[in-house]
Amino acid sequence: MIEKALTGSKKYWGLVGFLLVIMGAGFISYLMQWFYGLGITGMSRDVSWGLYIAQFTFLVGVAASAVMVVLPYYLHNYKAFGRITILGEFLAIASVMMCLVFIIADLGQPVRAMNIILHPNPGSILFWDMIVLNGYLLLNMLIGWNVLASERKSIPPPVWVKPLIYLSIPWAVSIHTVTAFIYAGLPGRGFWLTAIMAPRFLASAFAAGPALLILLALIIRKFTKFDPGREAIQNLGRIVTYAMAVSVFFVLLEIFTVFYSQIPEHMHHFEYLFTGLEGHGKLVPWMWSSAVLAVISLILLINPFTRKREGILAFACVLVFVSLWIEKGLCLVITGFIPSTLGRVYEYSPTLPEILITLSVWAMGFLILTILYKVGITVKEEIEA
Amino acid sequence: MKIDRRDFLKIGGLGVLGFAAKPVIDVVSKGELSEASIEAGPLAGKRLAMVIDMTKCKEGCTDCIDACHSIHNVPDFKNRKDEIKWIWNEPYDKTFPTQEHEFIGTGIKERPFMVLCNHCDNPPCVRVCPTKATFKREDGIVFMDYHRCIGCRFCMAACPYGSRSFNWRNPRGLDSSGNPFIKKNNTNFPTRTTGVVEKCNFCAERLAKGLIPMCAEVCKEKAIVFGDLEETDSELREVLRSHYTIRRKPGLGTRPQIYYIV
Repeated sequence: MIEKALTGSKKYWGLVGFLLVIMGAGFISYLMQWFYGLGITGMSRDVSWGLYIAQFTFLVGVAASAVMVVLPYYLHNYKAFGRITILGEFLAIASVMMCLVFIIADLGQPVRAMNIILHPNPGSILFWDMIVLNGYLLLNMLIGWNVLASERKSIPPPVWVKPLIYLSIPWAVSIHTVTAFIYAGLPGRGFWLTAIMAPRFLASAFAAGPALLILLALIIRKFTKFDPGREAIQNLGRIVTYAMAVSVFFVLLEIFTVFYSQIPEHMHHFEYLFTGLEGHGKLVPWMWSSAVLAVISLILLINPFTRKREGILAFACVLVFVSLWIEKGLCLVITGFIPSTLGRVYEYSPTLPEILITLSVWAMGFLILTILYKVGITVKEEIEA
Repeated sequence: MKIDRRDFLKIGGLGVLGFAAKPVIDVVSKGELSEASIEAGPLAGKRLAMVIDMTKCKEGCTDCIDACHSIHNVPDFKNRKDEIKWIWNEPYDKTFPTQEHEFIGTGIKERPFMVLCNHCDNPPCVRVCPTKATFKREDGIVFMDYHRCIGCRFCMAACPYGSRSFNWRNPRGLDSSGNPFIKKNNTNFPTRTTGVVEKCNFCAERLAKGLIPMCAEVCKEKAIVFGDLEETDSELREVLRSHYTIRRKPGLGTRPQIYYIV
């Protein structure tokens, strides 16, 4: 089937070429990082994780969201999603690949990465994250590819795929739960030390992921002969609405606990995020933008008259995605370090090479997605023709 | 201090606990060490700890910092972002944030407090390390294997005391005017490589030679007392018995092994 990715229109090759150029720029930056060290980034002794780990965290959510199309189709036999499960699974593959590359990009000694397997520490959440992420990647590759291949031959998928599909449902929940545990189990970081971290991660994931999926489905309908279907898109819109509402609700719960209890080690982080602390407030405009986008998106999504119009739905999905990217792909990780465990405010901003490396990993993800979608959609077009 | 040491030597003479020094022997240059450990015997213990008497610590004195950073080849990048430090000072409110109030007497608020790795009895850094590159030794020292560390910095996120530093750039390198970041290279202790985490090692390499940690040795005011908590008649236990001592962020359950007399 992969041969279908090797022929395509000028637009297809244009997109592939564009993504390769960005990847090239990032690769040169990565070589600089390789020789100089991670000091080339904006990270510091105080803020020791930055954009890379934040992207990883956000993208684990996008990957996990595939379950939002898989579950209704396979557990509730909801047929409309049958057309788009492959889109969800392939998006999961591309997202997990990005997650893994972001982790490698963040390692000080990437050549020693295999030490996690050679000298494993089962008490480390990072060890379990490695297991669940790679497992999820494998599951989605096996399921996505085999289901598509069977569809192409108009035969039912092999029997061994069904148990894997059922397994992939709790597995999707596990990847984001384990990722939340990376943060939620650290004694000295008040910003992350909250049991709601995992549910909050899942809620924002199930909003951001399906929002991206809606946008991808609309793009596919515009540029290919394959139509993911209005009903599927509308129901994804409902999922985004509920998940976004829950996500905002969870953030408000955090804000209540933190500001009503007034425990300084927890409250200072939120102050830094929303008002600035000791004259430092680089993230304040970002966080308020995220909040405003979240409110506007909810107004557009909850109102059925706006949600049912695809143009407005698409706009709302862009707002959801950007809002949650700011919240999770930027603020959530960085604010955990500000103020530091010693109560010092030392700010972080990414450097140009760091931004280029980050963009290039996103470009790599979109390249994988483009190739996988090209294969998937060409097969779907052939079936329907 | 003398009684303390003699007691250590007795235990060391048994040679049983000499195994605790094994990882250090592997790290430190072989010739000199094996010689020294035969002569003096290693200082071993079951629960090594330290008391820092801040009433004795003299303001403006940086002897312990300088000596520690010098023998351990700690580089100086001259900027806060890339900074590496094993022992340094912090104001009272940064050292004991949960035990601070606005009327704390003068002489405490202004005085710098020595901070270093707490060698926690229940260390979060060890819990989170995915490769066991940081681990707790039998004698209680939270130790690091610089050759196994993958540089994920999970331990830095986990440490509630900011005790860990990362080699953001090559510590063996030169600055823009050609001066080495490590001013004087101590060839008896390894330099580190780019991309690994490091921190205070309680002078494990000196303990293996029968010497007490450098910070305790160079302190003219004798403000730092080092010893084994399991030894009931040690100077360390005597100081703990006769003074009121506090630890940093005790509420987190990490059980730090650095005790402060304020």
